[in-house]
Amino acid sequence: MNKPAGEEVVEARKLTKCFQDRCAVDGVDFTVTAGKCFGFLGPNGAGKTTTLRMILGLTPVTSGELNVFGLDVSRHAAEIRARTGVVPQTDNLDPDFSVAENLAMYARYYGLPAAQIPARVDGLLAFAELTGRRDARTDALSGGMQRRLTIARALINDPDMVVLDEPTTGLDPQVRHVIWGRLAELKDRGKTLLLTTHYMEEAERLCDELVIMDHGRILDQGSPRELVARHVEPEVIELRGAGDDILNRFTPNAQCRIEPIGTSFYCYTQDSAEILAQLREVPEVNFMHRSSGLEDVFLRLTGKELRD
Amino acid sequence: MNSYRLPRVRRGALAVWQRNIRVWRKLLGPAIAMNFGEPTLYLLGLGFGLGHFVGDMSGLTYIAFLASGVIASSAMTTASFEGMYSVFTRMVPQRTYDALLATPLEVDDVIAGEMLWCATKAVFSGVAILLVALLLGVVQSAAAVLVIPVVFLIGLCFAGPAIIMSAIARSYDFFNYYFVLVITPMFIISGVFYPISTLPEPMQGVVQLLPLYHAVSLTRPLVIGVELSQPWLHIAVLLAYALVGYYLAVVLVRKKLMV
Repeated sequence: MNKPAGEEVVEARKLTKCFQDRCAVDGVDFTVTAGKCFGFLGPNGAGKTTTLRMILGLTPVTSGELNVFGLDVSRHAAEIRARTGVVPQTDNLDPDFSVAENLAMYARYYGLPAAQIPARVDGLLAFAELTGRRDARTDALSGGMQRRLTIARALINDPDMVVLDEPTTGLDPQVRHVIWGRLAELKDRGKTLLLTTHYMEEAERLCDELVIMDHGRILDQGSPRELVARHVEPEVIELRGAGDDILNRFTPNAQCRIEPIGTSFYCYTQDSAEILAQLREVPEVNFMHRSSGLEDVFLRLTGKELRD
Repeated sequence: MNSYRLPRVRRGALAVWQRNIRVWRKLLGPAIAMNFGEPTLYLLGLGFGLGHFVGDMSGLTYIAFLASGVIASSAMTTASFEGMYSVFTRMVPQRTYDALLATPLEVDDVIAGEMLWCATKAVFSGVAILLVALLLGVVQSAAAVLVIPVVFLIGLCFAGPAIIMSAIARSYDFFNYYFVLVITPMFIISGVFYPISTLPEPMQGVVQLLPLYHAVSLTRPLVIGVELSQPWLHIAVLLAYALVGYYLAVVLVRKKLMV
């Protein structure tokens, strides 16, 4: 029973969550449309996970409005969760059960009729490519298999929305690509995806719309392309191993905005041809030319200092 | 979402109970060894060994006196262990509660399911002791089967406080306080090993506030086949402990997890 595209699945207005000493989420507004992948991008401690927990009714809202499926979260949390699947940041599969039992037991928590459960479990095992491991203990699975099982488990109730908190953190690149493929498949089936991540590539690939959060606030929102166009020049030249003096050689006569990042300098520009020509004259400088992306937007908006 | 609002018990509690019984079935061997082994040793060792010197107690053979009391105390310890070590494991290191609460289940359902499960385990231990007592010729009347629902109620009564301990514990070591300060003293003074009439009078008054005294007051007459005295009072006390325990456990688990 997926909602037709264009309807609002989540609506947050001045949404705020404060603990005794600080506000993890500080007056955010956003709208998630049905059938889209909506991303929350931000450094650690930005308020992404707290926002998801409020959407699921797992933590009380301090102030502001939050409606999911048109229902007020503070009064209808269980109904909202009945139509939602959750992939938590840390796997919490049940170690006392096998792979298939994990899915079957989870179906019970959703109150699914017993007669429907075996077919659903088989379908999801196939989706997660775990059919051959159905009787394995979960601790015998690799990290990637556990993640796939967790995603399959989140689909047991055939949810309208799937909430994923850093779905690919800590996985190797092959596994991440497999997971991304599965998530794209879910979107094709019309499910709304809500995703937190700090992988720019993940956000760029999957998200139709995203918000960049920091210190509990939304810094900007839009599609990945819109955000890039709005905040950074289209091209970047990264200069590595270049001392401060090297910049003097070409900055005065080039259309280039310089940002020191780590031990490199990033040169953001509308037109790289002239600078590249200059750089080729300086063999001791390593440089890399690329199109700008979300990472550049992210660094620009959230600053460069380390977060813990 | 006020943490103090009254809990509602819904059908979801049964799913939580079902989870636990399925896990228990996988570990049936050690579970049954525990259920039968420990009380059998108690009854044989203390009942015959100590009973030889004690002779009769309150007009009963010592083994009959002991068996009819241990059935209550064993329900207490079984429910308490489950409500602490197992519940804490599911709540904290194993993150099972995080997984449960991501579904439509609420803390109310999870704790109700856990308490039902603690009480079910108490019944397993009670049935085991009843069978051992039957073999030892202690059980005198068919009314002894009524011990089964009573033991279930005893399990509910002690599950709540144990889950409260899980909600406030930072690690397993914390449970030592509860055992040393609450469970063990109650075990010793509530009439399991000797009638409380031998205690000094002010002490008897204190003991009558303790749930284990009321538990033993129900199990002993049922097992040995004499008439119950004030059964509704004892049932009411156990039920009150169970309900208040459930409420406080739900509130404290909400405060711990729903932040």
